[in-house]
Amino acid sequence: MTQLPTRTEKKLGLVIDLDTCVGCHACVISCKGWNTENYGAPLSDQDPYGADPSGTFLNRVHSYEVQPEQGDAQLIHFPKSCLHCEDAPCVTVCPTGASYKRVEDGIVLVNESDCIGCGLCAWACPYGAREMDQAEGAMKKCTLCVDRIYNENLPEVDREPACVRTCPSNARHFGDLGDPNSDVSKLVAERGGMDLMPEQGTKPVNQYLPPRLKDRLAQDAEQIDILAPFLEPVATEAKGFLNWLDKTLEKL
Amino acid sequence: MHPAPSVIFFSTFSGLGFGLMIFLGLGMPATTGFNAFIFFTIAYLLAVGGLISSTFHLGHPERALKAFTQWRSSWLSREAWCAVAALILMAVYGAGLVFFDQRWIIIGLLGALASLATVFTTSMIYGQLKTIPRWNSPLTPANFISLCIAGGALMAGQTTAAIILLAIAGVIQVATWLRGDTAFAQSTTDMATATGLGSIGTVRAFEPPHTGTNYLLREFVHEIGRKHAQKLRIIAISLMAILPIVFLLLPFNHFMALFAVVAHIGGVLTARWLFFAEAEHVVGLYYGKR
Repeated sequence: MTQLPTRTEKKLGLVIDLDTCVGCHACVISCKGWNTENYGAPLSDQDPYGADPSGTFLNRVHSYEVQPEQGDAQLIHFPKSCLHCEDAPCVTVCPTGASYKRVEDGIVLVNESDCIGCGLCAWACPYGAREMDQAEGAMKKCTLCVDRIYNENLPEVDREPACVRTCPSNARHFGDLGDPNSDVSKLVAERGGMDLMPEQGTKPVNQYLPPRLKDRLAQDAEQIDILAPFLEPVATEAKGFLNWLDKTLEKL
Repeated sequence: MHPAPSVIFFSTFSGLGFGLMIFLGLGMPATTGFNAFIFFTIAYLLAVGGLISSTFHLGHPERALKAFTQWRSSWLSREAWCAVAALILMAVYGAGLVFFDQRWIIIGLLGALASLATVFTTSMIYGQLKTIPRWNSPLTPANFISLCIAGGALMAGQTTAAIILLAIAGVIQVATWLRGDTAFAQSTTDMATATGLGSIGTVRAFEPPHTGTNYLLREFVHEIGRKHAQKLRIIAISLMAILPIVFLLLPFNHFMALFAVVAHIGGVLTARWLFFAEAEHVVGLYYGKR
């Protein structure tokens, strides 16, 4: 049913820390790996070793340069996947009921055997979170690794989305954003988590933590030399044999 | 947006076909027998041909019947219902006219209403999308419906009505373009809100996620042909409204009417191509392409 539930019991989602993401793309690769081998149709590639490769990815990492009015520009790596919106426009436009939002945990999923591949849900998503698989002809999207997080065949430590599990800089966090006492909700409150494109009215569940201030070299130029005094030459005047050698060589 | 030929042909020809059905349903012209058969055949070829062409862009057309299930929320599903209702009602009404020399007025009116509703639901598929500010306006349904009715009047040989309706459609078309040109800026969605980084400073796309292209760029970040947009608009409005009006104002003959129809179709096809090619999806912001 493509009508959205009035409320969901949980709001499972991701918190992505733009301060610590190093842009290594490990989450992209682990996502592609897990989701190619598990739930639904594989994520196909077209011409992967040729001149014009492209393929289906559920998670991609952009990089942005942000130039403040004063000071140096910051480089910010920006992973983007489905935000599992509370008011998901991709779900309501679906004509077949293939797209739906789960009442129990708020995950937005596609039932691939019902998808006619019209692409309208991808048109309705402002974030580019849905991609039509060119080999399958059906819509693919982030499942929040629904086949990992409840999977009792996996060790408990692995019961989180593949992107979160693999992130080497701990820039990705997974949890219930509907519970104000969860670790992710506390993190969002503490760091001022934000919605992407709030004016689109999608009410995204996933939150982004803004980067902290950094790279202030230009404004604080004198601060650079905090250790410089310790590096001053200690022996300004040579003595003894070296002094004689120095003077002798000067005279030559 | 990628201007997919299947969708451009679908919306142009089915719009024209359903427009003709509206007039046939209203009894304009009030034909019966063989004449009616010709009119209904043309209307069905246009409408059904357009609908079939629209299935070419589906990944799984064999599952198309499932698209009837979600009429509560989905305009695409509502379009499917309206189209089938219109085609069935008009088939019954047409059979009465062609084979029994009977005009079942109620069925004709219902068929005209369903035909109008089909074009409205088609236009709302585009008009509902907040992600494409150029489309997200009541002018989108106004544009589709005015063209559908004007084209229908032209096809149905309603000369006086066609002249007035073509003029109205032309005005709405120009208004749609002018409003569309500022829509993206007025939507307040920009790279600052897309990344949430606007509070730090000016955001610039530094590196895309991959060296090649992808589905999103192919589907939503079409930039080819924009430089000719103004010329194409002049061509579109001339062919769609101005030339047909001139042809219709000349003393009536069937060739002039044919020229008017051909020019109108060419103009609507051009305008529909621009409708897609000029539409900018907000996802392009993530790629620094807006």
